[in-house]
Amino acid sequence: MNLITCENLTMRYESSFYALRDLNFRVESGDYLYILGQNGAGKSTLIKGLLQLKKPSSGTITYADGLSPSDIGYLPQTTQVQKDFPASVWEVVLSGCLNKMNRRPFYSHREKKLGAENLERMGIRELKNKCFRELSGGQKQRVLLARALCATTRILLLDEPAAGLDPVVTQDMYEQIDAINKKLGITIIMVSHDMHAALKYAKHILQLQQNQLFYGTTSEYLASDIGKAFISESEGSPLTDHAAAGPGLDTIGMVTDESAVSDKSGRSADPDTIADAAAVDADKERTDREYA
Amino acid sequence: MLNLLKEMLTYPFMVRAFVAGTLIALCAALLGVSLVLKRYSMIGDGLSHVGFGALALATALNAAPMAVAIPIVVAASVLMLWIAQNSRINGDAAIALISTGSMAIGVMIISMTNGMNVDVYNYLFGSILSMSGSDVTLAICLSAVVLLLFILFYNRIFSVTFDESFARATGTNAGFLNIVIALLTALVIVLGMRMMGALLISALIVFPALTSMRLCKTFRTVILHSSVIAVVCIWIGLTLSYLFGTPSGASIVICNIIAFCVYGLIGLATRKNA
Repeated sequence: MNLITCENLTMRYESSFYALRDLNFRVESGDYLYILGQNGAGKSTLIKGLLQLKKPSSGTITYADGLSPSDIGYLPQTTQVQKDFPASVWEVVLSGCLNKMNRRPFYSHREKKLGAENLERMGIRELKNKCFRELSGGQKQRVLLARALCATTRILLLDEPAAGLDPVVTQDMYEQIDAINKKLGITIIMVSHDMHAALKYAKHILQLQQNQLFYGTTSEYLASDIGKAFISESEGSPLTDHAAAGPGLDTIGMVTDESAVSDKSGRSADPDTIADAAAVDADKERTDREYA
Repeated sequence: MLNLLKEMLTYPFMVRAFVAGTLIALCAALLGVSLVLKRYSMIGDGLSHVGFGALALATALNAAPMAVAIPIVVAASVLMLWIAQNSRINGDAAIALISTGSMAIGVMIISMTNGMNVDVYNYLFGSILSMSGSDVTLAICLSAVVLLLFILFYNRIFSVTFDESFARATGTNAGFLNIVIALLTALVIVLGMRMMGALLISALIVFPALTSMRLCKTFRTVILHSSVIAVVCIWIGLTLSYLFGTPSGASIVICNIIAFCVYGLIGLATRKNA
């Protein structure tokens, strides 16, 4: 089933310049779509379009029945404001439930339950009362993922979630997002310029450079001239090398089914717990080091 | 202590200053948390300068000060917000333009009519005697509105302040909330201006929020601490002003400075121990 269909989508900045031209692609239920492109390729504009924060100047974006753009779980890039913002993890996660409340002013039992479930899923239950600004980069992203999961049951849209994270934490996060896609069946739209991660996780790839350079499955991309050209180009780029830095990194943050079965207290965990305790410990050690 | 309180409250102007001051400080502190976190701290300062111009105009026209100042400052607040979000001029530059511009217009109007006199001095630095009965009524109504809106929209204000992109994406009407906050800020500024002075009123917006952020780590505790700090500082400041005949605005700000230092030191000490 198609969740989102874009036909001849064109968007402009301030009515004059083209930000995006003639995009045709669709997002299927359960899909994992990578949107690749350099800075200025129109990725952010496309995000605004998909969330209906900006109107297309021509063409259409069609949503499946029952999917409203406000039901998309969105993980924006972190902002300057958040660096010194006094907020507890719990406050941040709960704010993901606001789109389910219509005009109700306060959180009910249902929202609190949903918030607690998603804390559990991301393996950050014990961070609940911690201050958001004091967390490590990886922990922050887990919190924001938990918030996004509160906002959606069907589709997550992630905007450069690995920006500013070190390679190990990045790898761990990619695995988590992959697990969200596979275990919870949530559709993922990932906006990134990390070619290697795209080749590893994506089911479909959309490559932008104002117009649509490529749209198709990952294996089609590997076989295409455009794909080959960009892969050889990014091979030389030191920025994206870490994702392919070998098996050593992959195993550190790997989420496995076995490790999710029980946590340190021996209590059997929710079957759909995504995070593993080891990864959280690694995160904690990192925070401790930062504060020492 | 009790005798002092009794003595102060026998003067109707002190009762008015206490009632209106407490309510205005409370509202300013609540709005201030959101404004400071969104990097709009200077909006309060800009609006108070616009308020000065508006009061000068009202005096020149022999009109009721509030009737002139409220619409002008409200319009300026919406304009500033709009410029900050839509124009090519940066938000802080826009505020500087509007605030110095209206200050200059105010000074011109005054010098062409009455000349610089005691009234002008009071506009700039505030006077404990300035609160009228109708000001108090207005302050009560305004604070009722601010408190009600703040409680009803508390969770949404949090969401918009913490992450406006996410809030917009998940269907919160961020534009509407921003306008509401700007409008309420304008009203608080106009009301508080004559007691605090045009040059000092924005302290009520920034100080309590920044003070509580030295120590508090959640949004809720920041809100609660800010409210309490703001109210306590107003009470002590007004008392000092009454006892020593100092300008009320400056006395209140001095209390806020002390509170800021105390919180800052405690914050520093606890972080070192941790």
